[in-house]
Amino acid sequence: MTKAEESRKAAENLLKKIDELIDRPVRFMEVCGTHTVSIFRSGIRQLLPEKVELVSGPGCPVCVTPNDYMDMAIAYAKQKDIIIATFGDMLKVPGTSSSLNAMKTAGADIRIVYSPLDALQIARDNPAKKIVFLGVGFETTAPLSAATIQAAGNENINNFFVLAAHKWTNTALEALLNDKDIKVDGFLLPGHVCVITGEEPFAFVAEKYKKPAVVAGFDALDILQAVYMLAKQVKNKEAKIENAYKRVVKAEGNIIAKQAIEAVFDKSTPSWRGLGEIPLSGMQINDKYSKYDVLKQIAVEKEVSKENPACCCGDVLKGLKKPIDCPLFKKICTPDKPAGACMVSVEGTCHAWYKYGQGRYHYGR
Amino acid sequence: MCLAVPAKIVEKKDMMATVDVEGVQRQISLMLLPEADEGDFILMHAGFAIQMIDEEEAKFTAQLLKEVAENDES
Ligand code: SF4
Repeated sequence: MTKAEESRKAAENLLKKIDELIDRPVRFMEVCGTHTVSIFRSGIRQLLPEKVELVSGPGCPVCVTPNDYMDMAIAYAKQKDIIIATFGDMLKVPGTSSSLNAMKTAGADIRIVYSPLDALQIARDNPAKKIVFLGVGFETTAPLSAATIQAAGNENINNFFVLAAHKWTNTALEALLNDKDIKVDGFLLPGHVCVITGEEPFAFVAEKYKKPAVVAGFDALDILQAVYMLAKQVKNKEAKIENAYKRVVKAEGNIIAKQAIEAVFDKSTPSWRGLGEIPLSGMQINDKYSKYDVLKQIAVEKEVSKENPACCCGDVLKGLKKPIDCPLFKKICTPDKPAGACMVSVEGTCHAWYKYGQGRYHYGR
Repeated sequence: MCLAVPAKIVEKKDMMATVDVEGVQRQISLMLLPEADEGDFILMHAGFAIQMIDEEEAKFTAQLLKEVAENDES
């Protein structure tokens, strides 16, 4: 058998097993945008038996970043002596009345970087400018920002700043579990978050809320394997945390990366698009490193932020609405001209739905 | 955004490594994975190595998939 044939056979076997194990409608939620993309792209929603439904949770860092943050970034971009350094997917995210892309067209110095270290290099290369790195992302990305801030400290670089909005996914997951509207039978845990955090921060899902959860990798087969393990738990009426991505997720995570987060960030209470404020779900730069906290170092005037009332991104992020329930979907809101963040990011549910079609997705019916 | 990809370290110098990702070479930081060495397979994310890839565990997954298949035939 060729490798492709082997994979196909393995997928067929897993699907068959899942079908045998599950004898009632179940709903599993993936809490990672990279999973969302992989699931849509590989057509897993259509392949799974009718009774097994996958819904996307708030797993796309760009999508959960509220207008308030974008407006702040835009306010910094307006300053003549500031260079904004950001991951590319932030550019099209609409703020209340503008976007970084529009600012860039209007002449603002906004540079796409691949790594926070590239932003630090821009600071070294441009001593007369102030560089503001947009620190967005979950536990996977937060230690990179932290290590970069530490590196800036070691080199005593004075023109590098971070607009920090890193977030804890486990805290958001707990907020979801406390929401009575949300009915989920199990979770695919975000593999690359767990690479950093290990499994322990998600233990409450099983212990306190009695829901099965499996750490999943990102190939179609990885995901099917994780769904199979969830199905087994459902069948056996178990609730435990399992790891289907052991080749990179160690039980204890990456200890150095966790220490970097702890050394640089304190817990904060940020707003998540759609979910509102979630206590202690955010990371703000602590006092020791406040020299690198742009909010503390450079004051700017920001417009009053408002969310677009027609965008249903919030309910989409909770798995309560499908993109096609949104009156703007495909009509006004498209990947080229996104009205909401869930359409901007390639990891957003609206974007994936637009690109790959709806699959079989009938949450709430 | 949490996209991370496997890469092989071809050269290590202090806390920086040259890695090979499907034939393309790039520089990444080992600040968060100082124990990584030349020849190791690592997972990288936005310019940093973030974890070692365990080949033995990769085999474990292959084994599990085989089990599902064998079960099926029995
Ligand atoms: S289609 Fe656009 S406007 Fe509607 S929920 Fe999705 S992102 Fe928001």
